[in-house]
Amino acid sequence: MSRQKTILFACGTGVATSTAVNVAVTEAMKKRGLTFNAQQAKATEVPGLADSVDFIVATTPISASVTKPVIKGLAFLTGIGKDKVLDEIEAQLRK
Amino acid sequence: MSDGLMQLLDPDAIVLGSDASTNEEIIRILAGRLEKLGYVKSTYADAVVRRENTIPTGLPLERADNVAVPHTDPEHVLKPGIAMGTLKQPVTFANMEDPDEKLPVGFVFLLAINDKDKQIEALQSVMATIQNPEALDGLRTARTLDDVRAVLG
Repeated sequence: MSRQKTILFACGTGVATSTAVNVAVTEAMKKRGLTFNAQQAKATEVPGLADSVDFIVATTPISASVTKPVIKGLAFLTGIGKDKVLDEIEAQLRK
Repeated sequence: MSDGLMQLLDPDAIVLGSDASTNEEIIRILAGRLEKLGYVKSTYADAVVRRENTIPTGLPLERADNVAVPHTDPEHVLKPGIAMGTLKQPVTFANMEDPDEKLPVGFVFLLAINDKDKQIEALQSVMATIQNPEALDGLRTARTLDDVRAVLG
């Protein structure tokens, strides 16, 4: 197995929706037998932090200057399309 | 699931069937309740309104009455709490993921969050309610606190 990956969870304040998404993804990936390191940040902090993480899951738009993969996390708030996003996250973690 | 929500949702910060016609109006009504009840500083309402204009919080649920979860930075919060408003007629919020898209919103959960590690359960219960169409339908027709309790447990 490859080294443990790091996901950066981002939202407007870095405390509210990114927390809900972080918890939802952590629980769902545990069920799929996957663990990861989690960080949380404000969307505006992402460009400065992106280099030190593997990919980003965000509920708000992220600056186009960020070159790491950005996965949209809104599905974990609305419940709509959640499985598809979980598959995307699993694929990134297994890379 | 909904235990956590009723824990942080102050009964005096629930506004049912509001006549508010803009997102700023309903945010200020609910923020006023939270301020009066000692949850947030006097700077909170302005901070939430400002943030909503730049980083919106509307959540598209593919309904005629979607949900918004306005909030702001922890520095404006004194203690954790949630206010909830239902609207007689939906008001417009922008989509969190795509600020150019406008959404009709019928339910507003105004969050006062200052410690993410301690408020995970409450956040999860807000999200569980948002993802439960029957619960939202129940809240839309709720007219008393007892109605709300019956929906949220």
